[in-house]
Amino acid sequence: MEWFVQLVAGLLVLAIALATIRLARGPGLPNRVVALDVIAVLGAALAALFAIQFELRVFLDVAIILALVSFVGTVAFAYHVEKGAQ
Amino acid sequence: MLPLHEILIVLLLGIGSLFSLLAAVGILRMPDVYTRMLAASKAVTLGTTAIVCAAAVHFREADVVARCLLVCGFLFVTIPAASHLIARAAHRAGEPLAPETVIDELGQSADDGSGPEGRRTPADLNAADGP
Repeated sequence: MEWFVQLVAGLLVLAIALATIRLARGPGLPNRVVALDVIAVLGAALAALFAIQFELRVFLDVAIILALVSFVGTVAFAYHVEKGAQ
Repeated sequence: MLPLHEILIVLLLGIGSLFSLLAAVGILRMPDVYTRMLAASKAVTLGTTAIVCAAAVHFREADVVARCLLVCGFLFVTIPAASHLIARAAHRAGEPLAPETVIDELGQSADDGSGPEGRRTPADLNAADGP
């Protein structure tokens, strides 16, 4: 059980690393916004995984906040992309 | 033999990690921003929901389950809205489509004049549709 949770955490970190490659390569702002959105939501999943691993239910609040903040950030970036085009 | 709730946790964590990894591979390998967003939004929603449900099964207490349901409901509402917003903004900003694209419905619609093909009148659309 312990090792399986660690394996899942490794896979999630690998997924975040792949999304970070897209964040670095772009091209352009919309691609980077998509990569950031994915990274934030995967961070929420990682927080829930930490809650399981270390028996700390406070980390579920971290997951809620991450999901909230990523949505607000994505909406702000979408507004910026749309305004920057005009 | 593991107890039943641990089997359920292992199953949910496996589904969650595999779908999260698939989403990351999708946004790395897809050809343009729209298909990347398509790959990312669905798979990330399912993966994160599965992992959060695994946390709910692990703790099995009312306040934790309530928080997990809150996260799930929030993800199911916000991720489609956010990806729709980015896709529309990217299309208006003139983000190029992949060469394999078959149809660009947003660029052809009459009430959205800011697409790459410019504004079309309803008469154009009627002529295009035929009798």
